[in-house]
Amino acid sequence: MTIALPPEALRRVRRLERVWEERQGVLGWITTTDHKRIGILYLFTSLLFFGAGGVEALLIRTQLIAPNQSTLSPAAFDTTMTMHGVTMIFLFVIPISTGAFGNYLVPLMIGARDMAFPRLNAFSYWVFLGSGLFIYTGVFTGHGPNAGWFDYVPLASRTYNPGPAIDFYALGLIFNAISSTAAAINFIVTIFKMRAPGMSLNRMPLFCYAFLAVSFALVFALPALSVDCVFLELDRRLGFSFFAPGRGGDVLLWQHLFWIFGHPEVYIIILPAFGIATSIIPTFTRRRMVAFPMVALAEILVAFIGFGVWAHHMFAVGLSTITTVYFAAASMIVVIPSAIQLFAWLTTLVTGRPIFKTPLLWIIGFIVFFIIGGLSGIMFAAIPFDQQLTDTYFVVAHFHFIIFGAAVFPLLGGLYYWFPKVTGRMYHEGMGKLSFWLTFVGSALTFFPMHIVGLLGMPRRQYTYPAGVGWDSYNLFETIGAYILAAGLVLLVVNLVVSYFRGAVAEADPFGGATLEWSTSSPPPPYNYAVIPTVSSAYPMWDVEDRQEDVRKLNRGEMVLDEGHETPASTVLDANFDEILDMPSDSPWPIVTALMITGIFAMILTGHLVAMCVFLALFAASLAGWHGVEPQEA
Amino acid sequence: MRRALLAAGLVCTLILLAGCGQSQGRQSTLHGASDQTRKIIHLWWGMLAAAAVVFAGALVLLAIAYRRRTKEGLPGIGEDEEVSTGLVVAFGIVIPVVCLIVLFFIANIGVVNATSAPKPGQTKMSISVVGHQWFWEVRYPGTTAVTANEIHIPVKTPVEVRLTSADVIHSFWVPELNKKVDMLPGHPNSLELYADKVGVYRGQCAEFCGLQHAHMSMAVYADPPAKYRAWLANMARPLAPPASPQAKAGEQVFLTQQCESCHTIRGTAAKGLIGPDLTHLQTRATLAALTIPNTKGYLGSWIRDPQHIKPGNKMPGLNLTDLQFQQLLAFLEGLK
Repeated sequence: MTIALPPEALRRVRRLERVWEERQGVLGWITTTDHKRIGILYLFTSLLFFGAGGVEALLIRTQLIAPNQSTLSPAAFDTTMTMHGVTMIFLFVIPISTGAFGNYLVPLMIGARDMAFPRLNAFSYWVFLGSGLFIYTGVFTGHGPNAGWFDYVPLASRTYNPGPAIDFYALGLIFNAISSTAAAINFIVTIFKMRAPGMSLNRMPLFCYAFLAVSFALVFALPALSVDCVFLELDRRLGFSFFAPGRGGDVLLWQHLFWIFGHPEVYIIILPAFGIATSIIPTFTRRRMVAFPMVALAEILVAFIGFGVWAHHMFAVGLSTITTVYFAAASMIVVIPSAIQLFAWLTTLVTGRPIFKTPLLWIIGFIVFFIIGGLSGIMFAAIPFDQQLTDTYFVVAHFHFIIFGAAVFPLLGGLYYWFPKVTGRMYHEGMGKLSFWLTFVGSALTFFPMHIVGLLGMPRRQYTYPAGVGWDSYNLFETIGAYILAAGLVLLVVNLVVSYFRGAVAEADPFGGATLEWSTSSPPPPYNYAVIPTVSSAYPMWDVEDRQEDVRKLNRGEMVLDEGHETPASTVLDANFDEILDMPSDSPWPIVTALMITGIFAMILTGHLVAMCVFLALFAASLAGWHGVEPQEA
Repeated sequence: MRRALLAAGLVCTLILLAGCGQSQGRQSTLHGASDQTRKIIHLWWGMLAAAAVVFAGALVLLAIAYRRRTKEGLPGIGEDEEVSTGLVVAFGIVIPVVCLIVLFFIANIGVVNATSAPKPGQTKMSISVVGHQWFWEVRYPGTTAVTANEIHIPVKTPVEVRLTSADVIHSFWVPELNKKVDMLPGHPNSLELYADKVGVYRGQCAEFCGLQHAHMSMAVYADPPAKYRAWLANMARPLAPPASPQAKAGEQVFLTQQCESCHTIRGTAAKGLIGPDLTHLQTRATLAALTIPNTKGYLGSWIRDPQHIKPGNKMPGLNLTDLQFQQLLAFLEGLK
């Protein structure tokens, strides 16, 4: 966008700037409804939680460096181990993938000017922040959740866990689910209704397919978790007996409900990573994805089949053989859509002309780790093997290869890939590669020996272990690996921070990307696109003629929509231009509403029911304010 | 790139070597002492071999991608979108489906039946194990024998183990003898234990059960039948009255200083059910679920400060005088 514009076009751009401008300073960040600024808020917040979860991981590894250590007391270990899981899953991976990457990129990739519900979007962020602080308040007041991230009853019941630790967990997760649900609904509507004219479903970027699948999975999976936590709170606080054996309750009910959420959750975590991989690979191999329709379908199928496999987390609880055999078969079926995607990536790499820059290196690392984690995952679909190895370090190895290797590696590669777009600066290539190799070697050294030590019989979640059972040296290696891994991540942060201030200035499209976000300036203006782009393939940036036409349209004043806060809506399947939407402007109400919800949860936790009702009333009032008529804009 | 791979290979080799030469107190899933575990081990090596082939294949593809990074298309074929899609169908659908069907029949129809819970009456002998925070209560139905943490079974005899829990969820796992099965309050489960060699097999709780999950181990002793019968006969017998005056005094300490409210010693008035049965304490090799050896010194320090070795366990420190302590130890030394 450095080309000098004719005066007519320049006037339109100035007008767009005026219309879409938000407040400056801190107040601007608090009241923003710009999906990009919200994405950045999500990014920084989730990275802070990543830091917390990482420190917890290092504490665990330091405690387990040798037998019979006492870096952590047993109680501190249990809290650290629980919070490592809770933090990484609920406060890091989901918020950074949907909140940061999804928020920033989905509207840009589909050529929209914002999410469908900008204020709901801001609200999702503030609720996420509130829920994260809520859970960590427990940790800092000495009541950190301590029954493991899947919080099995009766260990989590009031009998065996008096005190508020588990209440912080259960209420915190219900609270957190509000954020994710709102965000998911927002994505579904945005992806279905806000695509640029011409972006029919078969031309939609695979990245957006992944987020569509994730959003549907979130909407259907989260209620199971929320209901489970509501039951638990009723048991704990009001003496109900959903989970109380001997009083008509059943301890397995918790596990079923938890995993009905928990397994789709695994795909919720990994699908955004798949989406990022399918963005980075075509760019750096300079070719289209092989088998595009199959990959799109596979992304949707993974999310769908993921709902039918939950009991494979429960093969050791004594379910009937026929039940376990069904769930094992269903779990095996998930392998197919995953294998389709894997070989689509590999074939694209083989047939393309890959340039091994930092973002692609992270994707190669992802592919290697995903294969290792996927293969050990298939082993767990062999019921007797699962029953032998579940709840050992073998399973810890498996899901860290999946969650860290396969889900987080693309996120880190994505940080590098879109860093120029978001900041307008280039990252340092050499340091980027070094950070990759350190993290890759560190991860392999941390997580690979866990397979072996698991096979040698080491159960997970023990705060220490005896000498002489053959586990010592592996644990030492794992701890060394964890510190190398941490060094790689620190280097990544240093690279990005230094580059933000001193990096070379980035062009609009430094890598030759395929999707629309590369057509606008780096960083993009608040209105994203001066002209709403028209799309005629799944790789709109490689359709040079279309992009030149956008520039001509700006001169002619077509599809500029500068009459107000406007963005077009299109039809669901074919993305024909449908109508012009008048978008709401920035507003303080989302944060106020989120604050009231925080008040409600804090009062439930402390048992102040009258005060809770006051917050409930204030919540209703703030909703009214949110929907109040605002003065017409100039 | 090549150097990085070499280094990675070297590290992996070092890691593999690091674990060799350990044998004391093994708890390995790779050493089977029963048909069930051997079947699972064969399954594992088979799956590992198949997985290694897949992994190597993927690495070869990545290597080709790197070598041909300036050339488009497939080696020898060139650019052909249909061939590329065909490869995805072959490797992403056809081959996995075939492999999975084979694995399904071997593992989930075959091995699963061999390791499933014994049907009622299928075994001649049953024992019952109850999980507690943090020890294992072991009973021998049909006898009065009760013990803790150290389970004796006759060698080469299938034994049904009935599993329940007194509090939270635990998981019964002796990896060299069979798979693990959870011990759930309200859902009785069962498992077959069989050992084809005389020996001691280490096991451990496999489901996170709170503060001292790490110190909830057990040992299964597979004894020759005669030795087993003698052990069981002794175990079923109530305690003979203590002989020495010091031990007699120690019994009184036991009965008056709270010990009896948690522990049972059959043949005395102590009938507590919170802690392990101590009737034949001295027949056990370890204390606190395999946490420390059962010697006079360790037993003494355990009684002096039970929260030091296993913080969070349910045994309180007792304010005993030195004399009471010596008497109690003398009494406990006689629980043979």
